[in-house]
Amino acid sequence: MADESIINSSTAVEEKKYSTLNLGPTHPATHGIFQNVLTVDGEVIIHSEPTIGYIHRAFEKLSERRPFYQITPLTDRMNYCSAPINNIGWHMTVEKLIGAEIPKRVDYLRVIIMELARISDHLICNTVIAVDTGALTGFVYLFQFRELIYEIYEEICGARLTTNIGRIGGFERDFSDKAWAKLEKFLKEYPEALKEFESLVKRNRIFMDRTIGAGGITAERALNYSFSGPNLRAAGVDYDVRVMNPYSSYQDFDFIIPVGLNGDTYDRFMVRQEEMWQSLSIIRQAIDKMPDGPHFSPNVPDFYLPPKEDVYNNMEALIYHFKIVMGETDVPKGEVYHCVEGGNGELGFYLISDGGRTPFRLHFRRPCFIYYQAYPEMIKGANISDAILTMSSMNVIAGELDS
Amino acid sequence: MQSADTKNTEIKLVEKPEGYEGAGFFATSLEKVVGMARKNSIWPLPFATSCCGIEFMATMGAHYDLARFGSERLSFSPRQADLLMVMGTIAKKMGPVLRQVYEQMAEPRWVLSVGACACSGGIFDTYSVLQGIDRIIPVDVYVPGCPPRPEQIINGIMKIQHLVETESLRRRDSPEYKAMLNKYGIE
Amino acid sequence: MDKTVQEKILGIIGEKFESEILSIETPYDFLTIDFKRDHIIDLIKYLYDHPVAKFQYLTTLCGIHYPDSKQIAVMYQLHSLVNNWRLRIKIFLPEENAVTPTLTTVFAAANWMERETYDFFGIQFTGHPDLRRILNVEEMIIFPMRKEYPLEDQTREDKEDFMFGR
Repeated sequence: MADESIINSSTAVEEKKYSTLNLGPTHPATHGIFQNVLTVDGEVIIHSEPTIGYIHRAFEKLSERRPFYQITPLTDRMNYCSAPINNIGWHMTVEKLIGAEIPKRVDYLRVIIMELARISDHLICNTVIAVDTGALTGFVYLFQFRELIYEIYEEICGARLTTNIGRIGGFERDFSDKAWAKLEKFLKEYPEALKEFESLVKRNRIFMDRTIGAGGITAERALNYSFSGPNLRAAGVDYDVRVMNPYSSYQDFDFIIPVGLNGDTYDRFMVRQEEMWQSLSIIRQAIDKMPDGPHFSPNVPDFYLPPKEDVYNNMEALIYHFKIVMGETDVPKGEVYHCVEGGNGELGFYLISDGGRTPFRLHFRRPCFIYYQAYPEMIKGANISDAILTMSSMNVIAGELDS
Repeated sequence: MQSADTKNTEIKLVEKPEGYEGAGFFATSLEKVVGMARKNSIWPLPFATSCCGIEFMATMGAHYDLARFGSERLSFSPRQADLLMVMGTIAKKMGPVLRQVYEQMAEPRWVLSVGACACSGGIFDTYSVLQGIDRIIPVDVYVPGCPPRPEQIINGIMKIQHLVETESLRRRDSPEYKAMLNKYGIE
Repeated sequence: MDKTVQEKILGIIGEKFESEILSIETPYDFLTIDFKRDHIIDLIKYLYDHPVAKFQYLTTLCGIHYPDSKQIAVMYQLHSLVNNWRLRIKIFLPEENAVTPTLTTVFAAANWMERETYDFFGIQFTGHPDLRRILNVEEMIIFPMRKEYPLEDQTREDKEDFMFGR
């Protein structure tokens, strides 16, 4: 990391010329499409100018046209690496609006799904950090386990990546025996593979030299930039929405929040790694303590879609299904904000409903969009290779960046 | 992970094309040989923008393994790539970038449009999303789905392989091809 | 958030800005204050520096268009991490002349949030270091999230409106 004064007080005879480098929207290392125009002095970055919006799909305008159930597929496509968290967060927002009471079993099932999604999100991020330092092995080994997680999602909702999981009020069906068996298989096999990946990189001299000190940020600057999630926890602030504003019975579970020291790439990697271990422990606790009960809330018939067997056999249920999906049921007026701990931090949904079929205004508080603005400050004075590592360790997902 | 299945360890070689064989020579038409060579070594350029990009990562992974079709080397440089795989939503802001990448590719080049958003705009019928990449570049194979399963993406690649194998050597110089490019405004 | 906490926060705000409060609501137990637009930055800075309140985290800021009353609101949501208090403040600006000072002097996070609000609604934030469009194309002249503008691109050729029920 070069000292600014050395650059500025150059005693060269001619005027120092900086070169401009375009880390363009299509770049193998940026994992998503956003552009950075860097002004570099050799390899050291003097200034950078980010441009985003290359995948702006107008979610907020689109959701003013769609009834509540039709907004769930939109939320999938924001942070698509951990789509169930977005879905369940949105359903919880609507449940808050209509004042639904959710049975305990639904809460615990939701916790299992959300923690699985968190594991799959952190899995991508950590293996990609390793890939950017040159260690491709971890990526190939651990992606097999993403296939296992996809199979678990398929047993429950039928889709792999953009899951559209759950209903307003619970789940569409209880977990089948096959789903439980696959979950047990995952919990048995994944820890060994994760430990193997850790042993490859955690105390690896090359990895540590590359990542320690790269892209650091202090806790005060991070708070001023409204960081949240693993990036903020790596800087030393233990703010986790699951603990501060517990939702979905998270207060029943026993887990620790890992916190870093310097806020650099190594800390972010280690925080995500430790969070994966904590998620495994939470899933194990949820399975052991799973209460009996219905898999949906029975007192929201206006919002809970009837089960598919009835829809296909019974005329009333078919009409009801149609009415609910088309938004012809009565929606209360109100203004509600609900946040969940997404893979990247506090994912918030601000919903204003005026009683009509569709929301009057829906605003997504997207953590990626908010913390990416600190990126130019984090890479000032660093080498280009450190800038690439910082970007991949911040887990910037293009779908969440441009709503 | 599954235990190694020992039945599938035979290595399949590509069938040789029809031709006349003799002692020390093999006569066939140039098109067939070139088609066979090109078909089994397509170097893709993954233009992954959103969720379909993650399904592409799963396709490249060990489970679905795109590399066994010859696409081991992903080329991020357009000049060295054969197949432009557009995966994900293309917004209007990204359109000129996609067009520039397509124009920088060297002939012969093919385009595979993966996902509903790249084929036709998908569920995003909004002011900011390009309703299908065939508005700006010519497309060879469309793979619908949101996102398409890896098996579907591999099906799309196999269709591209069929196109590559059966393409005439003179196609890229023919007037019909030039007329099609002119329709898009590409020289 | 329970009643005593809400009263405490209202007391802290009321010490200096009693006259600026337009209305107080608590939808779903979330303290929401409608405020006069003139001294909003002073209010937020006061809450930031206050030794007890310490609202030093900006959760989000967004715009809301009310076409019936021809107003565009700006909603600020603050969070005090130390006390775990959340607060929502709304100011209302007239549609034709939506101008308000910037919050970037207090929170660095407001930079891109205000750019997004400008991009969608056309609200001018005076004093912003770099107010230009962030998500949409630079050449766009309309502000798309306002209710009068349609969602779809009207020049698209392949989608017939009557087939999509519009």
